[in-house]
Amino acid sequence: MESPLVTNVLFSIGPVPITETVAATWCMIAALALAAILTSRALKLAPSRTQAVLEAFVGALDDQIRDTMRVAPAPYAPLLGTIFIFIFVANWSSLIPGVDPPTAHIETDAALALIVFLAVIHFGVRARGIGGYLKTFAEPSFVMIPLNIIETFTRIFSLIVRLFGNVMSGVFIIGIVLSLAGLLVPIPLMALELLTGAVQAYIFTVLAMVFIGGAVSDGRSADRQKEKKS
Amino acid sequence: MNLIEIISIFAAAMAVSIGAVGPALAEGRAVAAAMDAIARQPEAAGTISRTLFVGLAMIETTAIYCLVIALLVLFANPFIH
Repeated sequence: MESPLVTNVLFSIGPVPITETVAATWCMIAALALAAILTSRALKLAPSRTQAVLEAFVGALDDQIRDTMRVAPAPYAPLLGTIFIFIFVANWSSLIPGVDPPTAHIETDAALALIVFLAVIHFGVRARGIGGYLKTFAEPSFVMIPLNIIETFTRIFSLIVRLFGNVMSGVFIIGIVLSLAGLLVPIPLMALELLTGAVQAYIFTVLAMVFIGGAVSDGRSADRQKEKKS
Repeated sequence: MNLIEIISIFAAAMAVSIGAVGPALAEGRAVAAAMDAIARQPEAAGTISRTLFVGLAMIETTAIYCLVIALLVLFANPFIH
């Protein structure tokens, strides 16, 4: 049995080895970019069928951000929408025969979580200034500073492990069942894996929203003050 | 197969099996509470199920940690060279 923690090197550019995961990710990025260009090239006031679907998606995303973060969605929608679409397509890319989902390897998940980590700092500093952002670590009191600092890292780590564990375990179980039982048996498991992939993409995005929302809006501290008073 | 490998496989199986019990019970309680809430207040079903999904993902993480530890023990064991 091949270890899920190892990636195969496909070819290398100079001294840099390119793994299968990276190549699959590049293909996906190219396909998504092409699709985005093609669908948004001719936007009209009276929407065509494709445009209506896209508008519904963008509207749902904006509503979700407004509900979760309680701020205007415009600065955050591009990043969060891209994260959702990328993870969704990556999880469902196991439908194409021979393609391993890139999110089933821990490097891709680590890169995505690193983007969220940097985005939290970026949006937090932009909304409150450096001093204001650092002051959020001392909430509700300065005793919590070490815990808050540890939390910033552990929640990103759990973001990595959650996505990796879910997608990889699905791929792994399908592989095991296929080798034990035969050709058509793992199809229900694959259907379950599609559901898991969609839910995990949603959860990763919502958690990124919650983390960024906690850094930019005063919602969290206001809640805490309310709890203190009551 | 030497002793370390046998113990590693045993430890991986124990980690996953024991690590699945807690999250399973916790998810059962969470879903039961959410069902109760939706039955009382069907108009809040959207918010409740959204919060439920995020909460379930959080609970599930503990089981996933156990799975990752089991995989580390099986495939990246520092004591087997």
